[in-house]
Amino acid sequence: MNEQSIAILILWAVIFAYSILGSIDFGAGFWAMVYANHKSLASKIANRYLSPTWELTNTVLVFVVVAFIGFFPKAAYTLATIMFAPVTLILVLIAIRSTFMVFAYSLPRYEKMLRIISGITGLLIPALLITVLPVTEGGYVDFSGDTESLLYGKLFSSPAVYFYMLFGLTSELFLSALFLADFSREQGSEETYQVYRRSAIFLGPATLVTAIIALVATDVDASWFLDNLMKQIPFFAISLIFFVVGYTSLWWTNRAHNSLGWPRIAVLAVIAQYAFASYGYGASHLPYLVYPDVTVDTSFTTKETFYTLLVLYAIGIAILLPGFIFFWNLFLKDRTFIKGK
Amino acid sequence: MDTVTLSRAFFGTSLAFHIIFATLGIGLSLMILLFEILYQWKKDSDYAVMAKRWTKAFAILLGVAIPTGTIVGVQIALLWPGFAKIVGQVIAVPFQIEIFAFFLEALFMSIYVYAADKLSSSLRLLSLFFVMIGATASGILITSANTWMNTPAGFSMRPDGTVYDVNPWEAFFNPSFYTGASHVVITAYAAGAGVVAAVAGYKLLKRNQSAREIAYHKKGLLLSLIMTFAMGIMMWVTGHSSAINLHEHSPEKLAAAEGLFETQSHAPLAIGGFVDPVTQEVKYGIEIPWALSILTGLSPDTVVKGLNEFPPETWPPFYTHVFFNLMVGAAGWTTMISGLALAYWYFIHHKRGGKLPKWLLWSIASIGPVSMLGIEFGWIFSCSGRQPWTIYGFQRTTEAATRADFIAPMYMLFIVLYVFLSVLTVIVLRTFFRRHPLLPELEGNGGKV
Ligand code: HDD
Ligand code: HEM
Ligand code: HEM
Repeated sequence: MNEQSIAILILWAVIFAYSILGSIDFGAGFWAMVYANHKSLASKIANRYLSPTWELTNTVLVFVVVAFIGFFPKAAYTLATIMFAPVTLILVLIAIRSTFMVFAYSLPRYEKMLRIISGITGLLIPALLITVLPVTEGGYVDFSGDTESLLYGKLFSSPAVYFYMLFGLTSELFLSALFLADFSREQGSEETYQVYRRSAIFLGPATLVTAIIALVATDVDASWFLDNLMKQIPFFAISLIFFVVGYTSLWWTNRAHNSLGWPRIAVLAVIAQYAFASYGYGASHLPYLVYPDVTVDTSFTTKETFYTLLVLYAIGIAILLPGFIFFWNLFLKDRTFIKGK
Repeated sequence: MDTVTLSRAFFGTSLAFHIIFATLGIGLSLMILLFEILYQWKKDSDYAVMAKRWTKAFAILLGVAIPTGTIVGVQIALLWPGFAKIVGQVIAVPFQIEIFAFFLEALFMSIYVYAADKLSSSLRLLSLFFVMIGATASGILITSANTWMNTPAGFSMRPDGTVYDVNPWEAFFNPSFYTGASHVVITAYAAGAGVVAAVAGYKLLKRNQSAREIAYHKKGLLLSLIMTFAMGIMMWVTGHSSAINLHEHSPEKLAAAEGLFETQSHAPLAIGGFVDPVTQEVKYGIEIPWALSILTGLSPDTVVKGLNEFPPETWPPFYTHVFFNLMVGAAGWTTMISGLALAYWYFIHHKRGGKLPKWLLWSIASIGPVSMLGIEFGWIFSCSGRQPWTIYGFQRTTEAATRADFIAPMYMLFIVLYVFLSVLTVIVLRTFFRRHPLLPELEGNGGKV
C-alpha cells in the first residue's frame, strides 16, 4: 500500500467513527424529544447517554477536520471554499446545541428547551452534513473562473440531494434506536428496551429503501460513480447480510431477559453493515476526493508530515485507550448511573 | 468591506470570543486543582466547597469553550483555505496532538463533573490533574501553530508555492515557540487566578454576610492573590523574553509596536500616545531614553532596527503600538494591585484585623476583567502585528483568505450567536449560583446540587 492509500484509509476510519458516534449522539437527541412525554424512561435514558458523551463525540468531529487538513490539505482547500455556507451553518447549530446541553445540566429549567433544540438540531445537522456526499461526487461545483463555487440552485433543486438527506436521517435514527435499545437493556429497563426496539423495527427497512433510492437517483453527472459502485458489489452484499442478521436478531428469543431480541448483536451487526457499505462507497469514490479536479494523489500532504502524523496516531491512541475504557465502564455499564443520584 | 477584511474581522471576532473561555479553561483548572490539593492537605472543607463551586462555573464555561473552539478550528479552513493548505503540509503536528489533549480533557472533565461523588479522593485529584494538563497542553499546542506563523521554520517554498524539505518538528519547535508558549500559559494562569480573586473581592464588598461566609471568601482571596502575584511576576519575565524574541526574529513588529522608524542604538521606549507615520514619531507619549535598547539587549548599545529598514508595504499597522501598551498596562495593573493587596494583608490586616478597605476590594475586583482584557490585547497585538503576512515572509493574508460567497451574512449571524451566548452564559451563571447559595453548602447540609 502506498502512503496515499494508508492516509485515505485512516481518514475513512475517522469519518466512519464519527458517523457512528454522531448518529447515536444526534439520534439520541431526537429520541429524547420524541419520547419527552412517554410514560417509559425512553427520553431520560437518551439524555443520560448524551450528558457525559457529547463532548467526546464533538472532539471526534474536530478530529475529522484536522485529519482531513493534515492528510489532504489541497482537498481541504477546495472543500472549505465550496462548502463555506453549509459548514458555517452547521457550526451555528452545533454551538447552540452544545451550550444548551451543558446549561440544561446545570439548570433543569432549561431541560424542556434543550429537548426541543437537541431534537431539531439532531435532524438538521446530519442532513446538512450529508450534503457533502453528493457535492463531492461532482456536478454541483463550478470549477471555471478563478475560484471554485457551489451551484446552490442546482444543488437544492436536485432530488438526489434530498434522497441523500432522507437516507442519512433514517440510518441515523435506526442506529441510535438500536443503540438505545441495547443501552436500556444494559441499564435494566425492559420497558424502554421495548420502546426503542419498536422504533428500530419500523426504521430498519426504511434505511434500505432510502439507501437504494439515494444511490440510484444520483445524477447523470456522476455516472462515473455509478460505474465504480458496480465494481464494489461484494462489499454491499456483505453489508446486506449483516443487515439481515442484525435486523432478525430483534426477534431471536432471549431467555435471560424472558423476551425477544438480542440488541447487542443487532448494534454490532448494523455497525458492521455500515462499515462494509461505507467502505464500498468510499472505494467507489476513489481516486477522487472532489470530482473531477481533486484526487487523492494531487491533494496529498508532504511525506514528512504524513509519517510524523502516523507515529502520532499510534502514540495518541495507545495513551488514550485506557482512558476510554475507564470512561466506558464508568458511564455506560454502571447501572447506578441511570437510576439517578 | 472586501472579502479579506471581512474574513479578518470574522476570524478575529471568533477567536476573541473563544479565547475568553479557553483562557479561563486553562486558568480555572489550575485553581480548582489547587483548591482540591489544599482540601486534602489541610482537611478544611471550605476548600472542597470552593473546588465544587468553581467546578460548576468551569463546567458552564466549558459548555461555551468547546463549541467555540470547534468553530475556530473549522474556520481556519473555512476562512483561510490558502493557509490551511500550507498548515496541512507543514504544521499539522500541533493540531493533531491537540486533538489528543482535547480527548484527555474531555474524558476526565466528564468523569470529574458527572461522576465526582463516585470517585475516591485520589481519583478526583488525578482526574483534575489530567484536566489541567489537557487544558494547558491545548494552549501550548495552539500557540505552537501561532508562533510558527510569526517565525516560520521547518520547510522551504518554491516561488510557485510548492512546499518541500519539510521538517515537522523543526516547525513545531520554531524560534519563538518557547517564549510564546510560556508567555501564553503563564498569562492564562494569571488570568484564572485574577478572576477568582476578583470574584472573592467582589463578594467581600457585599454587606450582611455571616462570619462564616466572610472567612470562606477570605481564604479564596488570599490564595488567588498569591497566585495572581506570582504569575504576575512570571508574566513580566516571559513577556520580556517575548520582546527579545521579537527583536531577534520579527524586528518589524517590534519597531511598529514602539513607533521606531530609524535604526539606532540607545533606542527609547515609548509609552502611551500613538504613532504618526507622517512625522515618523510617537505623539503624546512618554519616551524613556535608552530603555528599548536595554530591554532588548541589556545594554544601551544594542542596535534596534527601525521601520525604514523595511519596505513600507510590509509595515504592520501602527495601532499595534496601542495594543502593545494596553497589554503591558494590564500586566502592570494586575501585578501592582495583587502585590499591594498582599502587602496590605501582611503588614496591616494581619496585625490589626478588621475589614479590608473598600478601595482595595474594588481594585481587586478589577483585576479579573483587566487581565482578560490583557489577553485580548496581547493576541490582537500578536496577530495584527504580523500583517500583511499570515505566514511571515511566505504567505500574505490576501493569499490565505477565502473567496467564498456569503461571508457577510454569515458574519452577522455569528455576531448574533456570540451576543446570544454571552447573555445566556451570564444568565445561567447568575441563576445557578442564586439557586445554590453558599451558606447552606458551607454549613454542611450540602445544599442542592
Ligand atoms: C494577561 C495577559 C497578558 C499580559 C499582562 C502581558 N501579555 Fe504579552 N501577550 C499575551 C498576554 C499578555 C498573549 C495573549 O498571551 C500573547 C498574544 C500572542 C502570544 O503569543 O501571547 C502576548 C504576546 C506578547 C508579545 C508578542 C509575541 C509575538 O507576537 O510573537 C510580546 C512582545 C509580549 N507579549 C510582551 C509582553 C510584555 C513585555 C508584557 C509585560 C509584562 C506582557 N506581554 C504582558
Ligand atoms: C485558531 C486558534 C484556535 C483553534 C483552532 C482552537 C480550537 C479549539 C477547539 C476545536 C476546541 C474544542 C475542543 C473539543 O472539541 O473538545 C478548543 C477548546 C479549547 N481551546 Fe481553543 N482553539 C484556538 C485558540 C486557542 C488558544 C489561543 C488557546 C489558549 C490560550 C486555546 C485553548 C483552548 C482550551 C484550553 C480549550 C478547552 C476548553 C477549556 O478547557 O475550556 N484555544 N479549541
Ligand atoms: C485566541 C486569541 C487570538 C486572537 C484574539 C486573535 C485575533 C486575531 C485578529 C484580530 C486577527 C485579524 C488580524 C488583522 O486583520 O489585523 C487575526 C488573524 C489571524 N489569526 Fe489570530 N488571534 C488569536 C490567536 C490565533 C491563533 C492561536 C492562531 C493560529 C493558530 C491564529 C491565526 C490567525 C490567522 C490564520 C489569522 C488570519 C490571517 C491574518 O490576518 O494573519 N490566531 N487573529
